[in-house]
Amino acid sequence: MATARDSTRTAIAAHAVLILYTLIALFPVFVIVINSFKTRRAIFREPLALPDADSFSLVGYETVLRQGDFFLYFQNSMIVTVASLFFILLFGAMAAFALAEYRFRFNTLMGLYLALGIMIPIRIGTVAILEMMVGTGLVNTLWALILVYTAQGLPLAVFILSAFMKGVSDDLKNAGRIDGLSEYKIFFRLVLPLVRPAMATVAVFNMIPIWNDLWFPLILAPAEETKTLTLGSQVFIGQFVTDWNAVLSALSLAILPVMALYVVFSRQLIRGITSGAVK
Amino acid sequence: MTALRLEHVDKSFGQVKVLHDISLTVEDGEFVVFVGPSGCGKSTLLRVIAGLEDATAGRVSIAGEEVTHVPPAKRGIAMVFQTYALYPHLSVRDNMALGLKQEGAPRATVEAQVAKASHMLSLDDYLKRRPAELSGGQRQRVAIGRAIVRDPKLFLFDEPLSNLDAALRMNTRVEIAALHRTLSASMIYVTHDQIEAMTLADKIVVLRDGRIEQVGAPMDLYNDPANRFVAGFLGSPAMNFLERSVAGLPEGVTLGIRPEYLRPAPTGRIGGTVTHVERLGSDTNLLVETSQGERLTLRMFGQDQTPVGAPVTLDWDDADAFFFDATGRRLTGADQPSVPAA
Repeated sequence: MATARDSTRTAIAAHAVLILYTLIALFPVFVIVINSFKTRRAIFREPLALPDADSFSLVGYETVLRQGDFFLYFQNSMIVTVASLFFILLFGAMAAFALAEYRFRFNTLMGLYLALGIMIPIRIGTVAILEMMVGTGLVNTLWALILVYTAQGLPLAVFILSAFMKGVSDDLKNAGRIDGLSEYKIFFRLVLPLVRPAMATVAVFNMIPIWNDLWFPLILAPAEETKTLTLGSQVFIGQFVTDWNAVLSALSLAILPVMALYVVFSRQLIRGITSGAVK
Repeated sequence: MTALRLEHVDKSFGQVKVLHDISLTVEDGEFVVFVGPSGCGKSTLLRVIAGLEDATAGRVSIAGEEVTHVPPAKRGIAMVFQTYALYPHLSVRDNMALGLKQEGAPRATVEAQVAKASHMLSLDDYLKRRPAELSGGQRQRVAIGRAIVRDPKLFLFDEPLSNLDAALRMNTRVEIAALHRTLSASMIYVTHDQIEAMTLADKIVVLRDGRIEQVGAPMDLYNDPANRFVAGFLGSPAMNFLERSVAGLPEGVTLGIRPEYLRPAPTGRIGGTVTHVERLGSDTNLLVETSQGERLTLRMFGQDQTPVGAPVTLDWDDADAFFFDATGRRLTGADQPSVPAA
């Protein structure tokens, strides 16, 4: 009996801590969302008040939507994020499979070389990257961003995925070989489904920084037709006047797609855990 | 016809040589067991036969065809793994059918083969299930079914019973033996368990440190081991090895005597004290420390009431004794020393 009560108490304490953390984490988001529905005056007068009949206003959203290019910015951000994630996962998983599965000279060295990227921030190479992009004529294209983000995400992806792939049973891969599956089929049909939770983790880790990045869009693709959402939102932030309604509305809208992506990946994550590999 | 022929097979991983000059033939329909302590190279040898590892030197032929550089799927083999290695996302039926489908066999053949195998292994009720919904024993039967479906020239088993509990292990062992009789197929079976080796094999291959120690029928190895390692490895409880406790034994010679061939005798050649008694009902094991401080095991049939701490004297028939020299080689015929009776 004592243990049962203790465990209830522990559970309550644990939930209290988690709920508190959730509130702290969600508070800024909450403030942004409620203020995006208020008039400019109400935002400054009572930033924490919920919108009521007097203060409710959609002027921010109207401004954002009137700014015709906003859907384009959305689309650019979405293309860049999804394409980068696709390439990070594809190439990262392939490299990880090679490192985990095959014995070849310099295997360990290659692993270390690939992991080096985790320690060195890619922004150090910005000037060189810009020169390369100018040289190859990729400046002001979405490809410039996709390539850079793929390079940025690969080291961690290889690192995490190779650790997971080493955990996939050798017997399973060998059974596939004896049944006549090619190495590609073994990779795509046997190994990838088993490391899906790890893939989802890598995707979530990479998605947010890419979606939120301002640095590379500003430097590599500032043209009107390749602007991403974060860069596009900057038009509302001026040196002297900032259109807060529009900024907050843009930010609120920007949360939605990334949230949708997160839901997709986290469902994969949960499914991966619950389906489980057969030992 | 020979099912498998290995000629001077070597295998190295980098600088480490794990298989040394292995030559072996497996006749058609033979059940051959590779047995040895862990790290002796038995699993590596099986992988070389399967084609999952390349031999560093030597030739591998299966059913008369050289396959040294042929990929695993084209060698006409099927393998059953210790961890079952079922495809987790496929149903039992698809697990069994995959190999034949990959070979491009016609649909009707695949269906017929799967039906035959599932009937043989009583898996008919489980065909639609995923491996995760099966028990350990059922999973291993599916793995065996997957092997049967391909109708291979050679079955390879890699410690298939190690993950099962004791009761299930016994049942599955009997099933595998029955399967061998039904299919009269050539099988190679790797295990570290000498009981599996003794009960299943037509022919046992004892390996140590990447070398074949001895090849032969189970009872031949038991009754006529070539060296001390084979004598000590086969048999449970293991053979007793005595150097000091027996008077009249030449320097450097070891006497080997199986626990069941020792018997209490009033004027025995070994004296000692009982340190522990294991009563198993059908037989009784006495652990004895000799007066020279060597330990030995004595196995008596039936039940025995000897208490711990009792003094005993033991004796044996000379025909049941083995002698080994300092290098572990068995001494036979004229080399064999005689031990005077007490």
